[in-house]
Amino acid sequence: MTNDVIVCNPRPLRFWQRLYLVEILKGLGVTLRHFLGNLFARKYTVTVEWPEVKREYSERMRGRHVLLTREDGSPRCVACYMCETACPADCIHIEAEEDPEAPVEWEKKPKVFTIDLLRCVFCGFCVDACPKEAIIMTREHEMAFRTREEAVIGLDQLLYRGPLDQLDMGYRPYYGEPRTQIRLPIPRQPSS
Amino acid sequence: MATREVRRAAVRQAFPDEGLVRELPGGDQQTFVVDRGVLWDLAKHLKEHPDLACDLLLDICGVDWWGKREPRFDVVYHLYSLRHGHRIRLKVPVGEQDLVVPSVYHLWKAADWFEREAFDMFGVRFSGHPNLRRILTHDAFQGHPLRKDYDPGQRWLLREEEQYVPSWAKVAQEDEDHFETQVLNLGPAHPATHGTLRTVVRLDGEVITEAETEIGYLHRCFEKMSERHTWNQVIPYTDRLNYCSPMINGVGYALTVENLLGIQAPPRAQAIRVILSELSRIMDHIVDIGANLTDLGAMTPFLYLYQAREEIYSLLEACAGGRLTVSYVRIGGLANDVPHDFAEAVRYLLKRIPPLIDDMEKLITENRIFRERTEGVGKLTAEEAINWGWTGPCLRACGVPYDVRKAHPYIGYDQYDFKVPIAHTGDTYARYLVRVEEMRQSLRIVEQALANLPDGPIIVADHNVALPPKERVYTEMESLIYHFKLIMEGMKVPPGEYYGYVEGANGELGFYAISDGSGKPYRLKVRPPCFAIFQAFPHMLKGHLVADSVAILGSLNIIAGELDR
Repeated sequence: MTNDVIVCNPRPLRFWQRLYLVEILKGLGVTLRHFLGNLFARKYTVTVEWPEVKREYSERMRGRHVLLTREDGSPRCVACYMCETACPADCIHIEAEEDPEAPVEWEKKPKVFTIDLLRCVFCGFCVDACPKEAIIMTREHEMAFRTREEAVIGLDQLLYRGPLDQLDMGYRPYYGEPRTQIRLPIPRQPSS
Repeated sequence: MATREVRRAAVRQAFPDEGLVRELPGGDQQTFVVDRGVLWDLAKHLKEHPDLACDLLLDICGVDWWGKREPRFDVVYHLYSLRHGHRIRLKVPVGEQDLVVPSVYHLWKAADWFEREAFDMFGVRFSGHPNLRRILTHDAFQGHPLRKDYDPGQRWLLREEEQYVPSWAKVAQEDEDHFETQVLNLGPAHPATHGTLRTVVRLDGEVITEAETEIGYLHRCFEKMSERHTWNQVIPYTDRLNYCSPMINGVGYALTVENLLGIQAPPRAQAIRVILSELSRIMDHIVDIGANLTDLGAMTPFLYLYQAREEIYSLLEACAGGRLTVSYVRIGGLANDVPHDFAEAVRYLLKRIPPLIDDMEKLITENRIFRERTEGVGKLTAEEAINWGWTGPCLRACGVPYDVRKAHPYIGYDQYDFKVPIAHTGDTYARYLVRVEEMRQSLRIVEQALANLPDGPIIVADHNVALPPKERVYTEMESLIYHFKLIMEGMKVPPGEYYGYVEGANGELGFYAISDGSGKPYRLKVRPPCFAIFQAFPHMLKGHLVADSVAILGSLNIIAGELDR
């Protein structure tokens, strides 16, 4: 046990440490190094000049949700209630109806699908739960609302019909190689 | 080290009557069911007998068996022996009609707030407790929220005039020179309280003569909520306990449930858990040291250290998808594998963090102003700290080398070579020194874990525990059924109880989980390290200046999310 312990008791101050002056100069040396390093090379800073410059987040960033669509533009969601059940914050509300256009009989589709973004904790459990890859998350995280009602978004705002490569996709199911890339040191200018 | 048999004999010798003290067979730790009539005597025996020597009272909590068992309640004590390294659990069954248990406050002061919490949550009255009132809920609250028959939809409003004022604060008092003393509220919303904590103090000039603390402003019913969610759904909630090091909470919780299930995460998941936990510990110490120094007027080290923290957050975000609320741990492993350039990024951090710590140390460690502000301030002896139930860096700064990672290694901490930093002075400065050294030791652990990062799966392949891989859910009927069962019903954890513990950034973080075999926890009690630490705070304040209270509070690293749950 004693071998595993490292004692870091206070050391008594030495003479030149008691004289403020030497220590002040040493301290100034440190702060000056940081100051000059930042002034000319931005050597130490990790901050970015938001909102002109924005940080790029990883491809696993859990932001606002979207519902993906099939090729014909109908929602992939089959209203199975898995995401609603998996949600720890109870922020998803689904009402199902029968899909008359479905190729098979008794196929469901969502009549109402709302997410209360103010309740949502952005844990990504809905994405994990979805058996149809219908709900995924984007990297959109700058969300502001004027009223609480506005924060409850329905199918009209959730459905995404455009091409997938133009969607700023964040947390979504993947298989095979881990996809995301860590960018350290934090880039000051986003690559895109 | 004494074995179970030795401890059993030591208990039996003093309490031969099976009807009063009965040992439960098996279990994760030695458990005695105790009649409340002999609780005080047994507790004293456990503390004082040389073979038992349970000097640390870790936790007291209530359990409600409403409709399942008579007597309805259990009061559960978790004890630990620093000398022998063993744990003992006591269960005291009490009925609803006569809900009184003798207080053990006079044996372990740590019982102070834990007993108040059990009173608040379950209505258990502790006879002999000096200040038994509500702690996490407010005074206008009615009922006891963790009872199973409490309706969680109720709302109770506390008016400002009903706010608690200590009895001593209501009377005016003069000192011997006939100057009136002053009652002052430090907090709840004060920049130096780091979270919503309220301390009422009486000042004689600038010296604090009396103090009392009120907490609960950030109570979010973690324990009640976890009873209504599946085992996996609790994970996002654990992120919000100690939000400065969310990864460690997740690991602690997952380990507890994994032990209940009798499974173990794959080696790769364990190594990644170690790396991210240790980086989280560094982050937590950065916040604590940075905030403590800022309160004392030294803003610069805060800004230097936060650069490292920012980059650790970036790493966590790239792995987990969230910067602060990581939700990365799953029961049985991790949510996703780490990115392919994970090792590179961690190596970058290993090079990046030490110079920043060095710069901070150059500015602060031997700084005469800082040392004079902190040396001898908030001093606690080892005996007092143990008595208050302290763990973690604060206890180690008092000279007790108790670290869960060394004493009871988990997720492979025994494979890593690291040292436990201690100091002997027990003051604010010692706590600073211990934390700085711990950051360096954490970096050593990360380095070793990264060098031996094994390949392989990141979550167990048991589909009763972990979701099957997505490509199989889309294509195979069987996997889809497993997936469906896990999401809709939750994993079935076999009935039983387990006290899981990890070394959180503040000390021993314990999760006491009881499963009844359904998909949800029957009871989940968190043993937050800073709860035990903070209860000593008002007692430490007496005799100090107001300005010192800020220094002491900062050095204790009180995280309100964990304190109030």
